[in-house]
Amino acid sequence: MQEKDLELLRILEDNSRLSAKEIATLINLTPAEVEARVHALEVSGVIRKYTTVINWELAGNSEVSSIIELKVSPERDYGYDRIAERLSRFRQVKTLRLMTGTYDLQLLVTGKNMQEVSRFVSEHVAPMDRIRETATHIIMKSYKENGNVLFEQQEAERLPYSF
Amino acid sequence: MRNFISERAQDIPPSGIRKFFDLALTMEDVISLGVGEPDFRTPWNICESSIYSIEQGVTSYTPNKGLPVLRETLSNYLKQHYNLPYNSDDEIIITSGVSEALDIAIRAIVDPGDEILIAQPSYVSYAPCVTLAGGRAVPVECNESDRFKLNSDALQEKITGKTKALMINFPNNPTGAVMNRKDLEAIADIVIDKDLLLISDEVYAELTYDGHHVAAGSVSDLWQRTITLNGFSKAYAMTGWRVGYLCAPKELCDAALKIHQYVMLCAPVMGQIGALEAIRSAEEDKNNMVQEYRLRRNMFVAGLNRIGLPTHVPEGAFYAFPSVKGTGLSDTEFAERLLTEHRVAVVPGSVFGAGGTNNLRCAYAVSRKQLTEALGRMESFLNGL
Repeated sequence: MQEKDLELLRILEDNSRLSAKEIATLINLTPAEVEARVHALEVSGVIRKYTTVINWELAGNSEVSSIIELKVSPERDYGYDRIAERLSRFRQVKTLRLMTGTYDLQLLVTGKNMQEVSRFVSEHVAPMDRIRETATHIIMKSYKENGNVLFEQQEAERLPYSF
Repeated sequence: MRNFISERAQDIPPSGIRKFFDLALTMEDVISLGVGEPDFRTPWNICESSIYSIEQGVTSYTPNKGLPVLRETLSNYLKQHYNLPYNSDDEIIITSGVSEALDIAIRAIVDPGDEILIAQPSYVSYAPCVTLAGGRAVPVECNESDRFKLNSDALQEKITGKTKALMINFPNNPTGAVMNRKDLEAIADIVIDKDLLLISDEVYAELTYDGHHVAAGSVSDLWQRTITLNGFSKAYAMTGWRVGYLCAPKELCDAALKIHQYVMLCAPVMGQIGALEAIRSAEEDKNNMVQEYRLRRNMFVAGLNRIGLPTHVPEGAFYAFPSVKGTGLSDTEFAERLLTEHRVAVVPGSVFGAGGTNNLRCAYAVSRKQLTEALGRMESFLNGL
């Protein structure tokens, strides 16, 4: 991939709301060139979606998030893929990963409250074929998400002048 | 009572613009582009390793030259990144910031009456350090027409029988100018021909945006007559840690070490531990900061040119150096009025000596949002002139 595209992706990953004009001045391109490159990256699937990092706790949302680990017996020919695809269809599953270690699949599941999360796990996930064991961890508080710190940090003071 | 102040101390001119800076301190809502330091925090792994070492009781003196492991790591780093072969045993001294390295380098070589050429505009302490060592600082002007690179003809003109050394600083504070290999080779020919010593302050080396930094000591046969100064402040956002270093062939290094051991003993151990961690594992943090400076440079310099302040593209450091020639104001008048009328603080170029009298130093080590706001205020100011 070209260096300019990588620069563009890093800028968008940090702030996807910048206009093509603003981005253009940052990397010495014209706004039309920026738009063309962004479009090509969207079409090729490198850019999946534009989204927002939200501190839901501060927004007064009392949703419960949990990390659920699953031990899974893999299928001949498919490994973990088919069961992972099946699990990923649930709206409640926000993130799904295959991991090394004690457990195989790791899910991030959200629900309105603890009961909803627990019902989802016990009624939908645990009884599924090939799932041998589950472990559910409720998230108590989030301090950092995807590189973004969610608590207030003190500004460091600098002298107004130094040479 | 007698006047106890030494003639040398008296000879150093007081800073004429101190009052102006004090004014900025009392004002509210000022956007300061006057700060010559990163706006980033020191990467946490660096802080943490230093904190841990304090908890472990690592709070003593280190050898005068600095921790052996730091010198070894640094020696490898300089060889790999800049093709600078300095032996960790006797060719590197860890200092309290580059400021100290500069002072001991000058004191190690200057005898009364020696002339030291200084490529200007330059950092403010070069000339006073030469004066304090009993030497005479002779400016060599770098001009906008050369994009503030050191011009070999200008250099030739200033060389006399008393000239002992040349001091350069590229990437440059305040102009952001960079000297590539070819530029340095032209200077090397003269330095070698006239049998001069070269002091090269390369503290902004890592902040080079359009290519790789070329160390002066890696050019032609300069190594044996070069003192390389560098430090951790700018690249790793470690200004308050006060860790720099001096590298030179053994004979020169030994002389500087004699001064260092009597005036400083050693650089603070906490800072040295942090510096070690910086080289070992802050590469990515550094690259991220460099990338952000590059973006800011592009948008800020384009903005200055757009609002009518002609600005060459600075290839390194984090300063833009716009010209105010076309405004009818001097650099100082422009800076004073911009501060009092529009609350943007910049540094008049004349503070940095010859060659900068029509320019302003604007540090873009502030957020993009602040840069955009500063550009807007500067545009309003220009429109009102």
